[in-house]
Amino acid sequence: MNFDFLKPNTLEELVQIMKCGGEDVKILAGGTDLIPSIKAEKVHPKAIVSIAEIKELQKITVDPVEGLTFGCGVTLHELENNKSIQENYKALYEGIHSMASTQIRNMGTVVGNICNAVPSADTAPALIALDGEIHIKSFKGERTVKAEEFFTGVCTTVLKPEEIVTDIHIPAPRGDAKSKYTKFTVRRALELAMAGVAVRTEEKDGTFSNVRIALGAVAPTPKLAENAMELLEGKPISRALIEDAAVKASEDDSSPISDKRASEEYRREIVRICTRDALIETSGLMGGNR
Amino acid sequence: MKKIINIKVNGIPYEVLVNPDMTLVDLLRDELGITGVKKGCDEGDCGACTVLIDNKAVASCTYLAVMADNKEITTIEGIKNGDDLHPLQQAFIDAFAVQCGFCTPGMILTTIALLNENPNPTEDEIIDYLRGNLCRCTGYVKILDAIKLAIERMAADNEKQEQVE
Repeated sequence: MNFDFLKPNTLEELVQIMKCGGEDVKILAGGTDLIPSIKAEKVHPKAIVSIAEIKELQKITVDPVEGLTFGCGVTLHELENNKSIQENYKALYEGIHSMASTQIRNMGTVVGNICNAVPSADTAPALIALDGEIHIKSFKGERTVKAEEFFTGVCTTVLKPEEIVTDIHIPAPRGDAKSKYTKFTVRRALELAMAGVAVRTEEKDGTFSNVRIALGAVAPTPKLAENAMELLEGKPISRALIEDAAVKASEDDSSPISDKRASEEYRREIVRICTRDALIETSGLMGGNR
Repeated sequence: MKKIINIKVNGIPYEVLVNPDMTLVDLLRDELGITGVKKGCDEGDCGACTVLIDNKAVASCTYLAVMADNKEITTIEGIKNGDDLHPLQQAFIDAFAVQCGFCTPGMILTTIALLNENPNPTEDEIIDYLRGNLCRCTGYVKILDAIKLAIERMAADNEKQEQVE
């Protein structure tokens, strides 16, 4: 393993490095995915570039009107320890907290999680369900991509070799909006999701409004469960309707594979249960009302 | 190309020349002779290589030595108070929480990081915070006992301290 180590102080320098380096350069945020990949010789960068010294990439801002914005250097642990994120962006908090270990979350970042783009990335369903936007920059300029359009396949994204994700924005939750991430694993710790489901719902005169459901680990990319969302939108909140939507998410919105962690059939069943449980919680039906 | 880095380990400053691909655990063990930090899985899953970097628990096997430039690192060798063991070290001995001992430095350092953030954790919070520290000998019961014992003793010491003041 022979690579150079670069540590630019400004975003402009980073953009120039990516312009020249392209695919030969790997960005180091927390390094918790990159360093094991280098050791396992899955990647062979000529240089790795640390973003640790670029101050503007390490910021979290939470505002009741503007929403949540955080830079690509912000660690998972900083986000999960933020009281406002725990309360107002619960699905994101739960996705982060379900990941790995304290040691890994102290270094790893949400942006690293989505840029690696494994189908089971725990922060991806939450970002999609919460209308997250990914801000991207290169020497050619800046662009913004919706979270659900960021992923293009297993471990691939819309990012071009010269592009970097600078930060992620999530709009402030409206009114009584509630969100939830449910993840199914064999162990309680250090485990990838067999399936993960993030939902966000609002209530409008007893009906479902502005529903978002996102699925992880049951398709090549994290994705919206559009059929299930359509079924719920505008209809009176009830347990029976939730059961139907969960079946839709499982049968029509998922395309899981069988692998060592779970079979296709088993994953579909998990999607149904996770979707149902998440919706029951966000719509206030816990305890058997309605 | 090799890089010069400046790090402080247990309060002692070092200036070292490292290859960019060297991990921090290898620097500490092989170059500086600080072998209290253990190398287990070498891929960030087992917690044996945990050190504190600027007071945060980090897996030193998934952390490059060059990333530690200008940082303060604490290993198990650096937590004693003079000649006295740290209360967590003493409690691990008293509660029989050590068998082979390979996980112990990581367990103790991760707990120190927990107590920095949350001086009075519940049992669930301890288990959750230490979920990345694996022990293959004890089954965790005695480790949890030791941590609770240390927390009690530290709280009692703090009370005494306050009474003196």
